[in-house]
Amino acid sequence: VSENTTNVSSCPQTLKNACFHPLSTALSLCPSENCLSLRKWGKNVTDSFFFFFTPSLLSMENKQNSASFMMMMLTVSFSPFFCFSTQKRAKGQFLFFKVCEHLNLMEKDYFGLTYKDTHDHKCWLDPTKEIKRQIRNSWQFSFNVKFYPPDPSLLTEDLTRYLLCLQLREDVACGRLPCSFVTHTLLGSYTLQAELGDYEVDQPKPLDYMSQLTFAPNQNKDMEEKILELHKSHRGMTPAQADAQFLENAKKLSMYGVDLHHAKDSEGVDITLGVCANGLLVYKDRLRINRFAWPKILKISYKRNNFYIKIRPGETEQFESTVGFKLQNHRSAKRLWKVCVENHSFFRLNAPEPPTKARFLTLGSKFRYSGRTQAQTRVASSLIDRPAPNFERTSSKRISRSLDGASFIFPQFIIYAFTCSFIHFYLFCAFVLFCCMSAFQSSLGVHGENIYVRHSNLMLEDHDKTQDEVLKHQASISQLKRSFMEAPPPSPPQPNQWEKRLTSSPTTTIRVQPHPVVRVWMLMTLRLKEGASGLKVEEAMPVAEEDEPNKRESVSSESESEEEAEYHPNVHVSIAHSEIPEEKEEEEEEEEEVEVHVVEQIPNDTILPPEAPPPNGLPLAEEDSPDAGQEEPKVNGQPMTVETEHRPQVICCTEPPVVKTEMVTISDTFAAQKTEIATKEVPIVHTETKTITYEASQLDGNADGEPGVLMTAQTITSESLCTTTTTHITKTLKGGLSETRIEKRIVITGDCDIDHDEALAQAIKEAKEQHPDMSVTRVVVHKETELAEEEED
Amino acid sequence: MAGLLAKFGHYTHAVVRGIPSSLATEALRSSQSEVDLAKAHQEHAEYVEVLRTRLGLEVVELPADEALPDCVFVEDAAVVCGDTALITRPGAVSRRGETEAMKEALKKLDLNLVEMTDENATLDGGDVLFTGQEFFVGLSKRTNQRGAEILADAFKDYAVSTVPVTEGLHLKSFCSMGGPGLILIGASEHAQKALKTMQQMSNYRYDKLTVPDDLAANCIYMNVPGKGHVLLHTTGDQFPESFKVLEKLTDYTLIAVSGLEKMKVDGALTCCSILINKKTDI
Repeated sequence: VSENTTNVSSCPQTLKNACFHPLSTALSLCPSENCLSLRKWGKNVTDSFFFFFTPSLLSMENKQNSASFMMMMLTVSFSPFFCFSTQKRAKGQFLFFKVCEHLNLMEKDYFGLTYKDTHDHKCWLDPTKEIKRQIRNSWQFSFNVKFYPPDPSLLTEDLTRYLLCLQLREDVACGRLPCSFVTHTLLGSYTLQAELGDYEVDQPKPLDYMSQLTFAPNQNKDMEEKILELHKSHRGMTPAQADAQFLENAKKLSMYGVDLHHAKDSEGVDITLGVCANGLLVYKDRLRINRFAWPKILKISYKRNNFYIKIRPGETEQFESTVGFKLQNHRSAKRLWKVCVENHSFFRLNAPEPPTKARFLTLGSKFRYSGRTQAQTRVASSLIDRPAPNFERTSSKRISRSLDGASFIFPQFIIYAFTCSFIHFYLFCAFVLFCCMSAFQSSLGVHGENIYVRHSNLMLEDHDKTQDEVLKHQASISQLKRSFMEAPPPSPPQPNQWEKRLTSSPTTTIRVQPHPVVRVWMLMTLRLKEGASGLKVEEAMPVAEEDEPNKRESVSSESESEEEAEYHPNVHVSIAHSEIPEEKEEEEEEEEEVEVHVVEQIPNDTILPPEAPPPNGLPLAEEDSPDAGQEEPKVNGQPMTVETEHRPQVICCTEPPVVKTEMVTISDTFAAQKTEIATKEVPIVHTETKTITYEASQLDGNADGEPGVLMTAQTITSESLCTTTTTHITKTLKGGLSETRIEKRIVITGDCDIDHDEALAQAIKEAKEQHPDMSVTRVVVHKETELAEEEED
Repeated sequence: MAGLLAKFGHYTHAVVRGIPSSLATEALRSSQSEVDLAKAHQEHAEYVEVLRTRLGLEVVELPADEALPDCVFVEDAAVVCGDTALITRPGAVSRRGETEAMKEALKKLDLNLVEMTDENATLDGGDVLFTGQEFFVGLSKRTNQRGAEILADAFKDYAVSTVPVTEGLHLKSFCSMGGPGLILIGASEHAQKALKTMQQMSNYRYDKLTVPDDLAANCIYMNVPGKGHVLLHTTGDQFPESFKVLEKLTDYTLIAVSGLEKMKVDGALTCCSILINKKTDI
C-alpha cells in the first residue's frame, strides 16, 4: 500500500536504532537499552496511532540525569507511555487537545503546538488543519506558549502559571528572552524556590550542582552564587508563590511575549520585526526603531516575500501609508502574517473573526485565528470550577547543560509522533455544486430559460478499479442516492434523463468498495434569465481564445498556494470607533465601482471571466485592486454576484484567481469525447470530457451532438477548514452559443463520527446562501472505509 | 509595572564632581558667553547641598580635574540603572577622560560596571532618558546608534528606543521625567516632535507636561521618603512662564535651584549628578 509510510527519519537521537514495522498488528520500538513495545491500540477500529515519548523519558530509566517535564507528563499519566489512537486525518486540534488533556490543562488557549518545517523554521500547528498536511517530514512537535498573557496573575490556575513559567525559563535560559544579570539571578532564585523549596542551611546544594542547571545563556559562578544567595531570602515561599513572583518579574522584560522575525526594510537594511500583544515592533539590532500599535494598523497583507502594513493616517497626515518589509521568502512572509493575524485576534478582539466562508471563488489565504480570544478565555477560565489540579514541579535539571553540550533542550515538551499504519477509516463526502450557464450574445430583456445541469465525476480520486467493480458497486451507490433523494432536500431535485444515464453508465468511475462508501455530490442548477434571441457568436472568438490556457498556465505555474493574503485588523476592534465608519464608507464606494465594472463587461463580451490575468500575479492588493480595503478581507478574484433585476444573473470572476490555479487543458481529449471512456485509470481530464458528452445530449438538438469548441478551461482549488473546494470553469462554443460553465465541487472530509446528514445539510445550506439562483438537483453520497483497500491489496 | 513605578525616583546616593577653573574658558559651549566662575561655584555648592540635606542623599563628591573642563557634568560619563552602571564613551573627545574617575567611584559603590569600549560608539548620558519602564536614547551630535546599541545590551531588561535629536545638545536638553509616567517637555517644535516619537515607540502611556522653555523642562524628579514627590527645577526668575506651569504640580515639593552659570556651558540640572539607588530590594 503506497500510503503505508513511516517517518523513521525523524527519530530522536536516542532512537537511532529503533525498528519500525509498519504493521497493523504489532509494533515494537527497540532502542539500544530500553526495549519498549507499544501495543496496538484498539483492534480494528483504527489502525493508525501516534505515540509520544521523549529522549529524556527513555534516558530516565537508566539514570536520572535528565528529569524532564515529560516526567511531569508521566506523573500525570499512570502509563509511562502517553499513547493514544487517532485517525490518519486527525486535525492539529486533536493532538493539541490530547496533550492538554494529558497535562490536565484547562486554560489552554495561551498554548499551542509547534513543529519545524522543512527549513527548520518553527511553525504553529494549525488546529483546524490535518496534521499530516502540515507536517512534511518530521513528526516532532513541541508544546509552547503561543500568546504570553500580559498579566499572568490574571490566570486562574497555578498549573497554567507553572506551564508559562516552564516556557519562560526556557526562553530565558536560551537567550530568547534577554535579561540582565540581576534579573537572571532573581528569576533563577525563584526557580529554585519553586522546584526545591526552601534553601536548606544544613544541606546546602553544592555549587557544582548549580552549574548543572541552566539559568542563563552566559551563566557563571558569580551568577550561581548570587542565585543561591537570593534563594535563601525566599524562605517560606510556596512553589505557586515563587512561580507568581517569577512571572511578575518576567512579564516586565521588554521582550516578553515578542515574537521576532528577521526582515529587511525597504532600503534593504536588516531589521527585526516583533509581534506582540500591543502591535508590531521594529528593531534594528537591539534598538527599537519603530512601533505600530494594532489600532494604527488598517491592514496586514503579504504578497510573495513582501509583508505590508497599511497605517492609519496620523493627526496631521492626510493619507494612509503602507509600509513594506521584505522577508526571506514567501513562507516567512506568510508565517509573519499569520502570527500577526493571530496575535491581533487574540489580544484585541472580543471574539475571533469568523473564517471567511468558502466563497464561490476565493484566493489567498483564508486563514483566521480560530481559537478563543483572550477576552473569551478569561471568561472561560473564570468559570473553571474544579479543585486545583495536582501536578509535580520538576527540577531545572531538565535544562541541563550536560545534555548534548547544548545549553538547553528545546523544545519543552517534545512529542514524537509516528504514524505507523495508514489503514484509515474516514468518511468522505463530496459535494458537487455544479452549474452551467450560457452567456449569450444577446440583447438584454428577453427572457428565456436555460437549465444546464451537468454531472461531473471530476472529483473522483485516484482510481484503479476495474470496470467490473465499478458496475458491481453501481447498485449500492444508486441506492444511497435514491435514499437521499427521498428525504426532503432543501431544494427540489430535478432528476433528468442524463442523470439516469449517468447512474447506469458503464463509464461511471465511482470507486468500488466492498464497504459502504459515502460520497455526497450536490448538483445545482442556475437559472439564467437571459435573452435567447441573439444566438450569434463571432467566429473569431474561439481562435482568439485558443492559446489562453497556455498563457494562464504560465501564470499559475509561478503562483503558489496562498502566496498572498490580507487581513484587516481593525474591523472589529472596539478601539477607535470613530474612525471605522469612515473607512467603511470608503470601502462601500469601492465595492460599488467593482460591481458597475462587472456589469459593463457582460454585454460586451461573450466570454467570462472578462479580464486577462496580469502577467506577474496580481497587482498590489492595497493599491491597485478595486476591491482593496473591503470591509471583509476578501481577496482578488472573488466572484461578484451581480444582481440586477433586468440583467442576466451571472456569476463571474473579476480577476483570475491565483491560488493553486491548475490548468486543465482539454483540447486534446476533446476530440475523443464521444468515444467510450472505459479505462481503468480515469484521469480527471477524461471525466471532464465525459461531462461534455452529457451536455451535448442534453442540448435538445440545439447543438446536435456537435462537440463545440472548447475555449478555455480552468480549475481553481482552495482549501479551508475541512473542505476542499475545486472550481472548474470551462468555456465552450457550441453552435451559436457560448457557454461558460462553472462548476464547484466541495469535498468535505471528516472523521468517521461525522454526521454526514448534518454535514450535507450544512453544505447545501451554505451553497444555497451563496448561490440563491441555483438549486440542488443531485446528491450522491459516497462512503469509504479503508478495510476495503486492505483487502484489495 | 506598579512595582516599578512605585520605586521610580527612589535614590540613595548621588555622584557629583567639582568645577574646575578651566570651565570658564575651556568648557564646550554652543553659544559664546562669559561664565562667572565664582557664581558657578556658588550655584554648584547650593545644588550639592540640596541633594545632601533636603533630599537626604549620600553624596559622593569627586574632585575637579583642571584637564577636564566639562567634568562637572557627570551625567554624561555614566548611565546607572538599578545595580548596573554603564561607563559611557562621550561624544566629545575632550571629555573622554571624565569616565576614569567615574568608573572608580561607581566601582566603590559596588555596581556592576559595563564599559563602552567599542571605538565606533559614542554616548552621552545626557541623551539617555530612563522613564522607569524603558530607555529613550537621543541620537544627537554626541550619541550614535552604536552607543545606543551598547546601552541596550547593558540594560537588557528594558526596551531601548532611539529618538532623533535634531536641535539642542542632548535629548534631555528639552525633556526629563517629572514623575512616574510623566514626561516634562519643552514647547519647541523639535521637542514636541521628539515627544511624539517617544509616545509612538512606547507600549506605555505617558502623561506630558509642556513647559514654554525647553531648558526649564530639565528637572530632577525624586521620590523622597517622608516628602513624596520632589522636583528640582530652575528658578522662577530664570524661566517665569515655565515656573507657572510647574506650580500646577500641587502635590509636589518644588525646589528651585539656580543653574544660570552652568547653563551658559549647556549644563542643565540633571547634568550635574548621577543618582543611584543602592537599596535595590530584590
